[in-house]
Amino acid sequence: MTSALAPQKPERPNRPTDSVEGRPLTAGLADIGRGYLDQVRAGELGALPAVAGLVVLCVFFSLLRPVFLSNLNFANLLTQSAGSIAIAMGLVFVLLLGEIDLSAGYASGVCAAVLAILLTNHGWPWYAAVAAAMLTGAVIGLLIGTLVAKVGIPSFVVTLAAFLGFQGVVLILLKEGTNVSIKDPTVLAIANDNLSPALGWVLLACCVAGYAALQLRRSRDRRGRGLAGTPAALLAIRTGAVVVLGGAAVYLLNQERSRNIVIGSLTGVPVVVPVIGALVLLGTFTLQRTGFGLHIYAVGGSAEAARRAGINIVFIRTAAFVICSCLAAVGGIIAASRGNSVDPNTGGSNVLLLAVGSAVIGGTSLFGGRGRVVDAVLGGLVVAVIQNGMGLMGYSSGVKYAVTGSVLLVAAGVDAMSRRRTARR
Amino acid sequence: MTETPTLELRGINKSFGPVQVLHDVALSAYAGEVTALVGDNGAGKSTLVKCIGGIHPFDAGDYLFEGRPVQVHSPRDAAALGVEIVYQDLALCDNLDIVQNMFLGREKRRGMVLDDSTMEEMAAATLRGLSVRTVKSLRQKVSSLSGGQRQTVAIAKAVLWNSKLVVLDEPTAALGVAQTAQVLELVRRLADNGLAVVLISHNMNDVFAVSDRIAALYLGRMAAQVKASDVTHAQVVELITSGRSGDLGPRTTPNGAAA
Repeated sequence: MTSALAPQKPERPNRPTDSVEGRPLTAGLADIGRGYLDQVRAGELGALPAVAGLVVLCVFFSLLRPVFLSNLNFANLLTQSAGSIAIAMGLVFVLLLGEIDLSAGYASGVCAAVLAILLTNHGWPWYAAVAAAMLTGAVIGLLIGTLVAKVGIPSFVVTLAAFLGFQGVVLILLKEGTNVSIKDPTVLAIANDNLSPALGWVLLACCVAGYAALQLRRSRDRRGRGLAGTPAALLAIRTGAVVVLGGAAVYLLNQERSRNIVIGSLTGVPVVVPVIGALVLLGTFTLQRTGFGLHIYAVGGSAEAARRAGINIVFIRTAAFVICSCLAAVGGIIAASRGNSVDPNTGGSNVLLLAVGSAVIGGTSLFGGRGRVVDAVLGGLVVAVIQNGMGLMGYSSGVKYAVTGSVLLVAAGVDAMSRRRTARR
Repeated sequence: MTETPTLELRGINKSFGPVQVLHDVALSAYAGEVTALVGDNGAGKSTLVKCIGGIHPFDAGDYLFEGRPVQVHSPRDAAALGVEIVYQDLALCDNLDIVQNMFLGREKRRGMVLDDSTMEEMAAATLRGLSVRTVKSLRQKVSSLSGGQRQTVAIAKAVLWNSKLVVLDEPTAALGVAQTAQVLELVRRLADNGLAVVLISHNMNDVFAVSDRIAALYLGRMAAQVKASDVTHAQVVELITSGRSGDLGPRTTPNGAAA
């Protein structure tokens, strides 16, 4: 059905689920399911393609290469993808405005270089070096954001220039390509250490309890005011899903995964997982629950409507680029930690494209106005699974890139088509 | 007229460079009434509306709101008085839901966090007050709404803020027959709820269907402002096209005008 040609559906003025009439929605699960199906049909696919793709890919690779399912590989998958997921989360903010940041990869490289040089060559403590790296990210974002929002240069051009420029900055910082190693234990811990198994469980329990409490409070508040609340059954299902998925993940990661127990034991949730988790929570809170986040969606949906509503568009645009570059800095720090060193390739080659791919595959629209922070995680996992699984199957890098590129193209195609479906009638 | 008009404009002049768009225009809009503003393309309707909304400043003239002279230099000034303008392109964000659009830029907050429940309650109450029953859920995205429903949301957004004067710029221009009827009913209800409504329209049927008064602009001058019950369809068309009709309109053509 192409909605542009479809006849107008008759409006049903007195539908029983009419919350405008002040009657609380007593919608059951069936109604909610139907509502979701309607949404999907209307082109609001959300995270569906990414989740489906993730499941299919995981089943596919585990059937062909059982080692894909091993504990070691599972943990590797998470640590491999963390850096690019952090960058992708930042890109979501910029993509929501309908802009792009092509320089995020090398921006992460610049921040990583700043971190490594301060730590190793200048002996700064880890917190000061990390703060300096984050500040570098913020300054980069402010620069790009000002050029885009205030001067009015298209973001594609500004960040393409920055892409080249930062590549040069990394080379200059690293004295024409020397490799600066990192020895600071705290920074190394980010991507290489694991939580103790007990701490993993405690953290999961806190997350579940917090999630359930928030959902319940919100639902109670809405019901108390006679608004449509989420049915208790759906709350239970959601919480149950968090318990089962989180529990399975923590359980698997708490198993021994050392190849040689004599050399050392290897158990627990990798430290990057809660780091990424915290960023997802913070980003989701910002986008979904604050006025600032709402204004990002508004500017991405219709800049003119936002301007007339009195929203400061220049500020919103600039802030989105600052957030993007700060998260790129986090990605750079994770990459530096994982590599134990920083070289001119940190944040280079395919890092940016994989990050953009992650955001888009996860369901963030390239046209702006649609997307969530968690999309970056889902898409990032899809990309990581493709790279990891194909590596296990012995394909060359060439094939891996070609396949990842095709998946990105498919995701962008799905995005474009769903945009046509939701386009104004 | 014993009653004080909600909006009274007197002697409004406005030029864009060498082109004088409004000559000595007067307009009154009363609470509880729909005042239709009619005129041909280029008569100055949109300019007048933008002046009322504070987008363009007047060159000369008085802007009286509820009898008091006021200064309106920006859309914010107009909003502070209780003047809301619904422009033809509606200015809605397709990717946001109805509540978010209605509160855009003026969100209710609890600390840092958006107070969604209160906003939804207020939006529901506003729509209920306008007897709007065509919207399934306030949480559906505007992209999923029909043209008439979008217009309804834009109008509801305008009345949410205890506004006193609502100006609607061609609200039915892009709508089908059934939806036009719905929107006109809504326009009538705004006036019945005690607001002063200025309706800009090209469609004589719409104008006669809802308005109490008709103000006709002709080449930047107010040709006549009359009660809708005192004139016929044909007379209004004549006012729009020639600036006068029988004893309506300026008796003698002022110097230099409308040659």
